[in-house]
Amino acid sequence: MKKCVKLIAAASVIATLGACTGVAVNAEETTVKAGFIFLHDENSTYDLNFINAAKEACEKMGIEYVAKTGIPEGQEAYDAACELADQGCNFVFADSFGHEDYIIEAAKEFPDVQFCHATGTKAHTEGLDNFHNAFASIYEGRYLAGVAAGMKLNEMIADGTITEDQAKMGYVGAYTYAEVISGYTSYFLGARSVCPTATMEVTFTGSWYDETAEKEGANKLIEDGCVLISQHADSMGAPTACETAGVPDVSYNGSTESACPETFLVSSRINWEPYFEYAMGCVASGDAIDTDWTGNLETGSVELTSLGKTAAEGTQEAIDDTKAKLESGELHVFDTSTFTVDGKALESYMADVDTDADYEGDHEAVSDGYFHESEFRSAPYFDVKIDGIDLLDTAF
Amino acid sequence: MNKAKDPLFHIVKRDALPWYKSLGIRLIAILAALIVCAVVTTILTGINPIQVYVSIFLGAFGTARKTWITFQNIAILLLISLALTPAFRMRFWNIGGEGQVLIGGLAAAVCMITLADKVPNVVVILLMIVCSLGAGAIWGLIPAFFKAKWNTNETLSTLMMNYIATQLVAFYTIVWEMPKGSGKIGIINQNTNVGWLPEIGGSKYLLSIVVAVLVTVLMYIYLTYSKHGYEIEVVGESERTARYVGIKVEKVIIRTMLLSGAICGLVGLLLVGGINHTVTTTIANGQGFTAVLVSWMAKFNPFTMIATSFLIIFLNRGASEISTTFGLNQSFADILTGIILFFIIGCEFFIAYQIHFRKKPERRMIVND
Repeated sequence: MKKCVKLIAAASVIATLGACTGVAVNAEETTVKAGFIFLHDENSTYDLNFINAAKEACEKMGIEYVAKTGIPEGQEAYDAACELADQGCNFVFADSFGHEDYIIEAAKEFPDVQFCHATGTKAHTEGLDNFHNAFASIYEGRYLAGVAAGMKLNEMIADGTITEDQAKMGYVGAYTYAEVISGYTSYFLGARSVCPTATMEVTFTGSWYDETAEKEGANKLIEDGCVLISQHADSMGAPTACETAGVPDVSYNGSTESACPETFLVSSRINWEPYFEYAMGCVASGDAIDTDWTGNLETGSVELTSLGKTAAEGTQEAIDDTKAKLESGELHVFDTSTFTVDGKALESYMADVDTDADYEGDHEAVSDGYFHESEFRSAPYFDVKIDGIDLLDTAF
Repeated sequence: MNKAKDPLFHIVKRDALPWYKSLGIRLIAILAALIVCAVVTTILTGINPIQVYVSIFLGAFGTARKTWITFQNIAILLLISLALTPAFRMRFWNIGGEGQVLIGGLAAAVCMITLADKVPNVVVILLMIVCSLGAGAIWGLIPAFFKAKWNTNETLSTLMMNYIATQLVAFYTIVWEMPKGSGKIGIINQNTNVGWLPEIGGSKYLLSIVVAVLVTVLMYIYLTYSKHGYEIEVVGESERTARYVGIKVEKVIIRTMLLSGAICGLVGLLLVGGINHTVTTTIANGQGFTAVLVSWMAKFNPFTMIATSFLIIFLNRGASEISTTFGLNQSFADILTGIILFFIIGCEFFIAYQIHFRKKPERRMIVND
């Protein structure tokens, strides 16, 4: 009899357990509430790119979301992240580099909330399972935009506007930061792949968003004899300077064609929607989000806008062709046979992948004949200064 | 009818109003401001203004955390306003609060970064306190010295000191940026917490609030009951009178600005060591200038300043909540803040002056004509 009771008890326990797991399986589909932290509002092309993607992804997935704009890169970012978590958000995303440390602080405080941060560098060393970095292989997009620039240079050479030796481009960068260096180098390599005599001058503004400085930078480059301008900073400064001066411009973060119809060539941008869908999907299904996620051409994270009317003939074909090669792995952007450093081929390079106070390399990035960008972490770490690119000032 | 025409109205300076009347005028101004805001909101966005007001309130006090942050922000703004006040009472227009805060913050950051693994945490924090207050005081001293010695214009010199402080911070940001080229220092000693000011009562936010309360009381006593406070008052009223009664004006100017700068330095310490744990060129966030407004609106009274800094921060916090809740641009929140401040500052006019409208000519006068 006793045995029987025990059996029944055991059976019921097992049954309850089974029921429990059954319930758990059903409950695994968590309702996602997303919170977004943006550095500026939609007047910044950088933030607008994130804001649109967040809106689209949430609407597509039917997710309730809260967006906070104009959050500075200080304790306000921590406060904003905590407020979102307090409000019941289980997915919190911040879009600006300087937010990272504060989001990490918030992630330590709310272990049940998934925190994702674009452009950051610390997720792989921080060891938190609810803090993640994301970026995209935008260097591939820049390379393709560079092809469009090279085609334009060729056209200018062919119609006699400039000579082969005058094929000098200008580039307005923000800081001498790896993300910028990776960006302008890939752009330059793209241009030189079609226009072998291309050279480039780069100037830095010391700010991610400084319309006046970017405009002045572009004007300085144009006066210096640059016949085509591109930029890696977030205002309309460089594109409008180009439109005024009538110099072709490759912009960034989205098309500037409406404001600069005569000079807009093409623009590359990161489309963040695939990442948002991926990460919020993970939160919904309870799967772990990648510590470092790098979107690429295939995931739809790296995009080129349609060409401006000033683009040279055959540009679209050249871009499509190059894109196919990049996607198939036949072509690598940082193929070490296509550039030299101090006159020598780059055979080995220790990249500074882990963020710490000593700026020393910690990962060997060159192998199989190319520099492996965005493989050890999602944010770019290519910071090699290659021949053919002249840095006018490196104060920042 | 060759008499000069009476103007439609003329303005007369009032005698001091009883407190309840001036308070009444201010309340009417706030009410009028809210009504105008409501009308503007409805016309421009079509959103129910009551919802907007509820949202402003929730932005400041919606949750425990929001309430804490609101009070912390009030504390910081109040402290800067208190710092400027003794100088203002002396009619020394210190608009260099921004720079004095920044340089105090930079001094704290320098200690945190360079001493992190060299001396014990307690020593780091003590040095931070000394350095921040000292740096702020020096930033106040320089314009004061020139004013006292050669009667230079302090408005210009304190303003210019702001830019020097900003550029110094920009320079050190590049020196200590992490990772290289990013132009950001990031949180200093994030894993060791060296040089982080202690949390009191287990709250991240309480320290600044306690400091602000202490400084408010001390400043009130200093200004109202101390000999120094009296000297400041006399120098402010008339330098000649001050000299006549034997006050060393130069000494008072320098001493007061040392105090003013040191309190700003203290705010820098709180911002860097207690709140942000980093230093950036924008860490003072324009509050050195907002504090001028706060101090003026409070007529340089430390206790009234609690109310005026509360008002500014409340509006500010509420404003960003509106932009989050209704998806409006941050600029819209600024418009509302602008309207409210316009009314509040404008009502001071009606407290100081009275408007007399032209009276209808009385029958008796016509007869006399």
